[in-house]
Amino acid sequence: NITDSDPDGRLTVTDKDVKLQEIALAKNEGKELTKEEKQRLRKEKKQHKKNKKDDKGPPEKEKEKEKASVPAPSKPATQSPAHKAPAPVHASESAAAAEKPAKSKAELRAERRARQDSERTSKQGKKEGGQQSASSKPKATPNELQPVVKRLPEHVQVDDPAALKKLAKKLERQQVPLRSDYGYKVSLFSHLHQYSRKSPPTLQISIPATVIHPSIVRLGLQYSQGIIAGSNARSVALLHTFKQVIQDYSTPPNEELSRDLVNKLSPYISFLSQCRPLSASMGNAIKYIKKEISNIPSQCKEEEAKGKLQACIDSYINEKIILASEAISKYAIEKISDGDVILVYGCSSLVNHILCKAFEKQRKFRVIVVDSRPRLEGREALRRLVKKGIRCTYVLISALSYILPEVSKVFLGAHALLANGYVMSRVGTSQIALVAKAYNVPVLVCCETYKFCERVQTDSFVSNELDDPDDLIVTRNGKSHLENWQTVKSLGLLNLVYDVTPPDFVDLVITDLGMIPCTSVPVVLRVKNVDQ
Amino acid sequence: MPGADKETDLSERIESFLSELKRCGSGAGSLRGSAETARETTALLRRITAQARWGNAGELMEIIRKEGRRMTAAQPSETTVGNMIRRVLKIIREEYARSRGSSEETDQQESLHKLLTSGGSSEDNFRQHFTHLKANVIEAINELLTELEGTTDNISMQALEHIHSNEVIMTIGRSRTVEAFLKDAARKRKFHVIVAECAPFCQGHEMATSLCKEDIETTVIPDAAIFAVMSRVNKVIIGTQTVLANGGLRAVNGTHTLALAAKHHSTPLIVCAPMFKLSPQFPNEEDTFHKFVSPHEVLPFTEGEILSKVNAHCPVFDYVPPELITLFISNIGGNAPSYIYRLMSELYHPEDHEL
Repeated sequence: NITDSDPDGRLTVTDKDVKLQEIALAKNEGKELTKEEKQRLRKEKKQHKKNKKDDKGPPEKEKEKEKASVPAPSKPATQSPAHKAPAPVHASESAAAAEKPAKSKAELRAERRARQDSERTSKQGKKEGGQQSASSKPKATPNELQPVVKRLPEHVQVDDPAALKKLAKKLERQQVPLRSDYGYKVSLFSHLHQYSRKSPPTLQISIPATVIHPSIVRLGLQYSQGIIAGSNARSVALLHTFKQVIQDYSTPPNEELSRDLVNKLSPYISFLSQCRPLSASMGNAIKYIKKEISNIPSQCKEEEAKGKLQACIDSYINEKIILASEAISKYAIEKISDGDVILVYGCSSLVNHILCKAFEKQRKFRVIVVDSRPRLEGREALRRLVKKGIRCTYVLISALSYILPEVSKVFLGAHALLANGYVMSRVGTSQIALVAKAYNVPVLVCCETYKFCERVQTDSFVSNELDDPDDLIVTRNGKSHLENWQTVKSLGLLNLVYDVTPPDFVDLVITDLGMIPCTSVPVVLRVKNVDQ
Repeated sequence: MPGADKETDLSERIESFLSELKRCGSGAGSLRGSAETARETTALLRRITAQARWGNAGELMEIIRKEGRRMTAAQPSETTVGNMIRRVLKIIREEYARSRGSSEETDQQESLHKLLTSGGSSEDNFRQHFTHLKANVIEAINELLTELEGTTDNISMQALEHIHSNEVIMTIGRSRTVEAFLKDAARKRKFHVIVAECAPFCQGHEMATSLCKEDIETTVIPDAAIFAVMSRVNKVIIGTQTVLANGGLRAVNGTHTLALAAKHHSTPLIVCAPMFKLSPQFPNEEDTFHKFVSPHEVLPFTEGEILSKVNAHCPVFDYVPPELITLFISNIGGNAPSYIYRLMSELYHPEDHEL
């Protein structure tokens, strides 16, 4: 039956069986499937599904799918969607064509191949890197209104079984273990994952890991256990690990480094996002690396290419993180005067850096550190500041209205700045900004530009992270009331990680480009896109 | 002598009450609820009235005032003690006035009209002796005690007027009044409750487990998430430790943040407070308003190296201004915060505001 409708007639029934056996064998040994095998497997599955659909469904669905997948290759993203798109398009095309007369089938196929080739050459053209094309392209893009076909990120679609199935299939293909949710989820957040710290995804990986680089496994474990926490720390750790990966990478024969390395990185990124959802800063760093990799010219030798990439990563860390924090400190120190009482929340590496620098410059001020359960990150900030010799006071966030009349300024760190001016930061930040506004205390947010992201969000529900709910359990006087919360039917524990602060609570954002109001974030993003 | 025995017995009871007051104030909120304290205070005052030696109303008031000063000094933050004393003093004044036969003064506040018309009889030092005064006063105190017993039920009976089905209600910490209120509504309606745990004592955990026993859908959130989830909340219902004379609250810490977040989202803030929590104090004395407990709840001794270089604070109460409050629900019904001063003038005599 399969051979009948298969237009290529490449695979016979017997061939298919042998192939499947081989593939099953290879999977069991944990060997990585070669590209052809993977593609063949994919085609087979698609054909199989297509036959099932032919029996029931109309062809309109396929038409829609192909329309949706066609804009995907036009994204300046990795090669893998480009690889994925031709396969389903091809298969859907074949099914749709089954209804149409035979000659248009061949015509459409030829059309498709021509389009793929033209895309490939245009990508080559970009890589060869005419400066003219680079300068003409940015002029074009701001003028035309691009249809923004953004895929909804997987981590906010947990309540959609189709999306979950798709993710499971993708992870299976990449041989990355799937992590299962834990505990009762509050109904308002059923679209988000909730993992337990006691079951990291690394438990399911065999040692030695052959598909995923061991330093990536270590990094994933450090993320999921909270050993590396904080936006800057996570990005820097990620970039250093990628340097290691690039160092150990060797191009397989008949492959181009620029395409294959990006494909190699995809399963690593899936694994890391299974350990802990990617932060906005990590997302921007990954985009940068992928762009740099795909810009490597094809005639570049491997060692040279690797050296170039490592230098790129180093310069990224240096520019965007280290030098940026120096620039921000310079601006922020102008805002700190003698006799100030500064309030900080939690542990932001940037704000701690600013305070230490200001103290070195002999400014006289004292700091109030506000902390909150269950993470209690403020204690870490307290240790760092006290070690420097700064006078500190420490309270919990419930004592905020008591302590705020003494405060002259509030310095907050950010996890990301969204395009509509909202500040996404650790949960509790919006509360601090709210109460500070009520007491007329200025609120200054310090954020590097690499954390700016193009998402928009108005509340803390649609996209957030749910931490382990067992963290809320506390034992006082030998009793812990919430110990058996899983057994109680109507009880839920909610441990949010992030929240968004509306821009009217924030008075100033200090970035490496200068001191801007919250509403100027999309301007900065536009300027950055033009530069790139 | 039987009289001496009674006196020593009385003073023993007073001493034990004072020491209990002193002890229960250290940390962990109130080990006994305010209702219990009010009842015990009133019972003790009844005993004083019955057993102490006094000849006329003035002496009785002096005795009660003296004991009252000692009791409030033992635990200044426990305002229900002072409130009950003032109620009893008012009762004594009323009973005295009734025994004298003069009509009940409807307006006890000083007014120009009263000064002109009353002439010289306003100087009333309660020196007349009435035989039935003791019995009357004790009977009135018994009535007060019955009123105290029924406050929680009276408040819970109003629950269905304020909670509709499928609502999301937010509360903070643990309040027995709010617990009874919500449980009563849950008998007929289905709704969700979000409890802020109120660090560092985390009394919200107890509240949540207690509500779950009645099959109410409860979620526990840390204090830091109050503003984040407030946009999905329909009503905020809280209890309080004291209702101040201007309609403001002295409530558990974190309540001011909750009230500000509710105001920002235009969510109504409802305070369930029985009348014995109404106190004639104003919030203007900074150094007597706040109460602090040991900061080891906030920064434990395990953080040894930095402890000596850091100031840590653990305040227990928060002031909530009356502009943030929408409604008071008490055992005599619902009131706006602007009406509190009127209720206070009915409960206490202005001369008793300072004990």
